[in-house]
Amino acid sequence: MTQHFRPVLFAFSTLFLLFTLGNHLDGPRGYVVGDTAEDFSLKSTEGKQVSLSSFPNAKGYIIVFTCNHCPYAQIYEQRVIDLHAKYAPLGFPVVAINPNSPKVVEEDSFEEMQKRAAIKKYPFAYLCDESQTVFPKFGATRTPHVFILDSLKVVRYIGAIDDNPETPEAVNNKWVEMAVDSLLTGKLPNPDFTRAVGCTVKKKPKTP
Amino acid sequence: MASFFKKILFLFVPLLVGVLQLTAQEYKIYDSLPQLQERIRQAGDSTTLVINFWATWCKPCVEELPCFEELQAYYKSQNVQVILVSLDFKSQLEKKFIPFLKNQKLNCEVVLFSDQDTNEWMPQIEEEWDGAIPATVVFQGPKQGFNLGKFENFGDLEDFVLPFLTEKKNGGIKNFSRSGSGK
Repeated sequence: MTQHFRPVLFAFSTLFLLFTLGNHLDGPRGYVVGDTAEDFSLKSTEGKQVSLSSFPNAKGYIIVFTCNHCPYAQIYEQRVIDLHAKYAPLGFPVVAINPNSPKVVEEDSFEEMQKRAAIKKYPFAYLCDESQTVFPKFGATRTPHVFILDSLKVVRYIGAIDDNPETPEAVNNKWVEMAVDSLLTGKLPNPDFTRAVGCTVKKKPKTP
Repeated sequence: MASFFKKILFLFVPLLVGVLQLTAQEYKIYDSLPQLQERIRQAGDSTTLVINFWATWCKPCVEELPCFEELQAYYKSQNVQVILVSLDFKSQLEKKFIPFLKNQKLNCEVVLFSDQDTNEWMPQIEEEWDGAIPATVVFQGPKQGFNLGKFENFGDLEDFVLPFLTEKKNGGIKNFSRSGSGK
């Protein structure tokens, strides 16, 4: 009996090993729409630890991976401020996270984040993913990169803020606004995924 | 006499301007995807077309540009054409883009692609592309390859392009350059 089972068991364990290894090699692929996001605790430019549970009355969250140095992040900066001004009172605060390593871009250091947040009077929390553990869980690959979660932290939208980075006046689709408006009326966003150009997330160089 | 000098001046100034324009980097501006698609079609089946999407503000993109210059130089005789498609803003043409080109003196064909509706055109180039640059697409007849992210060195770029060559010479540059560098 055991003689019969051995090859089967071997095949299964090999398959399992290959599967887990395969997953491991690719690294975490990040959230897709429908996944539930894990909470995090990151330091804000005001020196406080901020997590999603820091917003007990939130109906959802507009999480924006962004940074100081990237021209695309800069061109969208005012639009992110406006999003928070419009939607935080409706229960959807902006939570901005800088995923970049200051070892690659000095301009994205915590001190520089503090300066920028002060000069531009950020009304939202600007958090530093210092250990670079949060952005891979989300699967953020660039700045800016938006993830909208509902009150149960289920990811409902991933992508761009709108369809015209260069000319705000020429925007045809304000995707993030459309998504939050949908969620506020109890509907699922459509589209729930868009592509946008951005600066790649700057990972800390591996120390040899 | 003065009118004679004036005539010479009138002759010289346009000539000088012409010469200056010739030495400056040439580039084309495409405002929409059909223009880029037409350029891809023009390449034809005998060409291996390598399109690198980059921008002057994208650090890893700028770092890998020399690899594409090298690729164009080494593989020109094997029908490889490199187009560097920049996603820089048109509004910063004078301030950022042209000075960058003047500074870099690129030999590859350069295009500024100004279509802002990324979500619309990007999947038509490559479904898997999520928006990050650098990104490189290779076209050879019906075959297409895609690489998201930066090539660490010329060898990596070569490995990506080699399967799409129409004319495969013995070993090609690859073995030559590898043995030359002692690796």
